[in-house]
Amino acid sequence: MSAAEVGVGPTGPATAPTGAPTETKDRAMYEISQLTKTYTQGKRTVHALQAVDLTIGTGELVSIQGPTGGGKSTLLQMLGGLDRPTSGSITLDGTDLARVSDSRLTRVRAETIGFVFQGFNLIPTLTAQENVETALVPGKVPAAARAARATAALEQVGLGDRGAHLPVELSGGQQQRVAIARALVKAPTVLLADEPTGNLDEQTRDEIVDLLEGLWKEQGLTVVMVTHDSTVARRTQRRLRIAGGRLTEI
Amino acid sequence: MFFTYLRRELSNRRKQSVIIAIGMAVAIALVMIVNAVAAGVSDAQDDVLDSVYGVGTDITVTQAGEPGGRGPGRFDVGSDDGEASDDGGSRSFDQDQLAVARGTASFDASALDTVAGIEHVAGTTGTLVLSNTSFSGEVPDFGQMQGGQGGGPGGGDAQSAPTGGADGAGGSAFSIDAFTVTGVDPAADAVGPLTAVEVSDGRGLETADNTSGDDGAAGTVAVLDSTYAESADLAVGDTVTVGGTDLDVVGVVSSTSGEGVSTGSDVYVPLALAQSLADLDGQVSNVYVQADSSEHVDAISDAISAALPDVSVSTQADLASSVTGSLSTASDLVSTLGLWLSVIVLAAAFGIAILFTVSGVTRRTRELGTLKAIGWPNGRVVGQVAGESLVQGLIGGVAGLALGLVGIGVINALGITLSGATGTGGFTFGGPGGFGGAGGAGADAGAGPGAAGGGPGGGGGGGPFGGAADAAQSAVDVALHAPVSVTVIVVAIGLAVLGGLLAGLVGGRRAARLRPAEALRSVA
Repeated sequence: MSAAEVGVGPTGPATAPTGAPTETKDRAMYEISQLTKTYTQGKRTVHALQAVDLTIGTGELVSIQGPTGGGKSTLLQMLGGLDRPTSGSITLDGTDLARVSDSRLTRVRAETIGFVFQGFNLIPTLTAQENVETALVPGKVPAAARAARATAALEQVGLGDRGAHLPVELSGGQQQRVAIARALVKAPTVLLADEPTGNLDEQTRDEIVDLLEGLWKEQGLTVVMVTHDSTVARRTQRRLRIAGGRLTEI
Repeated sequence: MFFTYLRRELSNRRKQSVIIAIGMAVAIALVMIVNAVAAGVSDAQDDVLDSVYGVGTDITVTQAGEPGGRGPGRFDVGSDDGEASDDGGSRSFDQDQLAVARGTASFDASALDTVAGIEHVAGTTGTLVLSNTSFSGEVPDFGQMQGGQGGGPGGGDAQSAPTGGADGAGGSAFSIDAFTVTGVDPAADAVGPLTAVEVSDGRGLETADNTSGDDGAAGTVAVLDSTYAESADLAVGDTVTVGGTDLDVVGVVSSTSGEGVSTGSDVYVPLALAQSLADLDGQVSNVYVQADSSEHVDAISDAISAALPDVSVSTQADLASSVTGSLSTASDLVSTLGLWLSVIVLAAAFGIAILFTVSGVTRRTRELGTLKAIGWPNGRVVGQVAGESLVQGLIGGVAGLALGLVGIGVINALGITLSGATGTGGFTFGGPGGFGGAGGAGADAGAGPGAAGGGPGGGGGGGPFGGAADAAQSAVDVALHAPVSVTVIVVAIGLAVLGGLLAGLVGGRRAARLRPAEALRSVA
């Protein structure tokens, strides 16, 4: 049963966990209304999202769980402006991601949203430092400032001494830290993480979650994290579940 | 970031980059070599044409001869001709014929004035191209035979075996010597055959030679082509017999096209002397025309045709197509096989570059999708892909440039010599024939005297010298030099850029279509 059907749930106020930034959470970062995404897979029509209503406050730490194919990654793509809905609206800080132009959407992604992926998605031919710098390319940050900011971001995630290493020379946990540094170096307001600990062992997983939680607390980011791992989900401020394209609050 | 990323990508895909570069390099080198050889062949054709028609000649005017008309081809040996041998069994004879080359005709020199009066004509000169054929041999003395033996050539009566002749048994022997004689106006140094020669020994023809003879007639002087002088063992101070008249050799000239290249004629004499010796006073066989601008060549050509309807008018383009021999074969090879080979290899190289680029984009779906996801604009992603392809193309272009230069250097170092002749039978242009070689070739075969009338060129309305032997003698040998021009280098680099851009555009288009959501879905 989705929130839309009962008219309550995900749109309601979130409960802030201990230490969470509370100053801005009452202001909505995301407002999603009747969001639907349908696509065809061969001859089959897939309803990835069905009339999803959701409000995420500024500074919230939200996790989305659900079975594979349930629609969680699709929802994350909508939140990140990587795909457009079939119908409904999705507003990020006043900008309707469903209706803005492609170039505006690209600019939103470049300036406002940081992404962390399960597979790290680092450029294999670039060093950790250069990978972090790629996030500043769209902003046309001068080379010197770009390097300085990337170095600072790497230090922030504990990899100040690994800037010259290629991804292949780093462990999985270190690669994910580089990915987090890349997401944060442009000072986004939203951090979207798709299974950020999916490829990591338990110890490293905890380290990464600690890091994300720390950054969330320090920077007042709005963090939305897709995860299969209930341990990770339990550490978030607010837990959502999506299955069959329908969203519910846990 | 652009160059760092580009450099890292290319070095990471070194194998692929090397394959693309090799393909591009081979294609570009081939195009360069074909281009350079084509230019070299074209230059060689120009050299041949310059040797024959002179430097700066834009148009030549000739007139085709009447079939079976005047020309070297028939020698009549009477029973009383020549000198009897001491034993009275044979007679030796030596005949010279000087005539306008077979297949061409002389025409009134007033045509020169007509042409000179045409608008945009900058210069003209007229020449009389002649063929001098010497026929010498020994035949049985039929006058002696008729008294008691009768019978035909080489024959005898029933009681006694034939006697006399070259072999003492009624046989005959003949030899043919043919060379070209061109009557030129010594004052014409701006257009015509003399513009393509330089004096290598003695002196050239001078205006005074037109009147230095007895009673103001032309002086009996001649200038020889250096290759002919060498083959005929003649030098300054010797005499050369033209039309039965001994001429003093006052100079030797060689082609300005290069060492060993023969000029357009074997012997040069003053025009007035040539007209006198050939009994063609006031006649010329060729008019050389220089236009004031290449733009006016066609208009002048049309005007000449209108003013002189009986003549044949040929432009340089027409003349170039008339070049025969190995030069022509090389030209055909370059223009057909070389061109198509270049196109095919180039297409293959471009295809490989495009294929690898597209394959690279497909392989980098996740990577490029990630860049789009973090906010790289489409143009930046496309530019990155296109830039990589462009640099790959340029690397291939530079390698191809080096390979092409080496190839061209090797071709030049080989010293390939091409042989070219204009027309089908020799240098004189406009002759309809060129198939009269058999008579000349068979002249030494020892045929009976009745066959003597066949003579050189007896096979029909052949070329100006009447035989294949003459044509071969007249061919101009030119060393092939494939030049490395700015054009060749620009073409090489241009093709490299084009190949890189094409691959980049195709790959970039694919990258542009890539949706970040799909890229992430593929790894979700």
